[in-house]
Amino acid sequence: MKYSSEYRDPLLAKALIGAIHRAVSHYQGRITLMEVCGTHTMSIYQHGIRQLLPKAVRLISGPGCPVCVTPISYVDQALAYARRPETIVATFGDMVRVPGSTSNLQREKATGADVRIVYSPLDAVSIAAKNPDKAVVFLGVGFETTAPTVAGSLLTAQQRGLQNYFILCAHKTMLAPMAALTSDPELQVDGYICPAHVSAVIGSEAYRPLVERYAVPCVVTGFEPLDMLRGIQMLVQQVMAGEARVECEYRRIVKPAGNLKAQALLAQVFEPCAAEWRGLGVIPASGLRLRAAYQTFDAELALPLDVEPTKEHQGCCCGEILKGKLLPGACPLFRTLCTPEQPVGACMVSSEGTCAAEYKYGNV
Amino acid sequence: MVCLAQGAGDAEDAREDKLMCLAVPMKIAEIAAGTAICEVDGVRREASLMMLEEAAVGDYVLIHAGFALEKIDPFEAQKTLDLFREVLNAGGGPAF
Ligand code: SF4
Repeated sequence: MKYSSEYRDPLLAKALIGAIHRAVSHYQGRITLMEVCGTHTMSIYQHGIRQLLPKAVRLISGPGCPVCVTPISYVDQALAYARRPETIVATFGDMVRVPGSTSNLQREKATGADVRIVYSPLDAVSIAAKNPDKAVVFLGVGFETTAPTVAGSLLTAQQRGLQNYFILCAHKTMLAPMAALTSDPELQVDGYICPAHVSAVIGSEAYRPLVERYAVPCVVTGFEPLDMLRGIQMLVQQVMAGEARVECEYRRIVKPAGNLKAQALLAQVFEPCAAEWRGLGVIPASGLRLRAAYQTFDAELALPLDVEPTKEHQGCCCGEILKGKLLPGACPLFRTLCTPEQPVGACMVSSEGTCAAEYKYGNV
Repeated sequence: MVCLAQGAGDAEDAREDKLMCLAVPMKIAEIAAGTAICEVDGVRREASLMMLEEAAVGDYVLIHAGFALEKIDPFEAQKTLDLFREVLNAGGGPAF
């Protein structure tokens, strides 16, 4: 068992698709399911899942790509650090092409800025250890899956006595925006395909308050194609039966209470704060900031600098896309002015962004 | 029918593109000082065990950004596959 290819068997996929079709064969209405995880978005496009579903089942993408929901002002801050002398900006690869108001990190790097792409925040700690005369600023972006790894890197830097490792923190949590979207009267979400690896940390039970308050079914789903189809089937069954429960399809990874050690790391290093989401605005208690005890690691406090004024990109509909209100095809810039080579909005940059996924895998 | 083949290169992709969200199942080959050397399809990678209660050589773990995020439960993994088979056996063939 490799825990990947087994979950891609076309024969079993056909059976699951058949079961979904049968479940809604007499249903006149429409079931709208939202996925809030960029990896799900990619999987849906990559495997052509939309085209396999009956007309009654509609999939929409929510704000699940951490790069896409990061506001332009944050990118501008990162650019200001990249331009700061004696500073190394370390980041995951997704961030380097995200357009800020006037530039992006890749362009700054080409003109001499020290921008390092790392696979793990621990690699950024190693860079700090090797460059004691420079400040290393790690771009802390991502949800509950990534935030504990950044917490872990901070504690590692502390243990090693490093004083030149800083975090530009814009971590976000998933439940608050889900609640915000569920209560949006313009958006009718009948069920959530809950994120796979965020749930590995927070646990499937974390969705219970959402389910109880809004009576919206939540199914935690893995992102292999069979996982996706099974998750959709479970949601459709709940909707057809008029039920709203928390269910977990991805039990090989996700436990009801989640990963307690990762949660402890989060709670030790971060505390909740209001956060700005591209497209959704400021949502209370939807972000994470460093606790007072770790403020010496906070780039904003330890290395304050001026940031250029924010310029929004004209005509970009990323906000509506991130709320699931528009599909990429509806954006006038899609495929014309906005392409993966020349992205205008963040949704086109990250491979997990809805626009990039539609561009790569969608029907032309 | 869609192409459901993907796979083989997942671990390499995650490493090469250094993307934030890719997490891949790998097998622990060695453990030393809180760090595991993990392996899949000939790709080897280091992962911190800071987030796991316990882990042993031979366990499968999900690797994310240089950390083992969670252990894979082989029993639940099999149960899920069995469930798919049940759907296959219960189904009266594709309904489309
Ligand atoms: S196509 Fe480009 S400009 Fe339009 S919404 Fe998507 S990312 Fe924004």
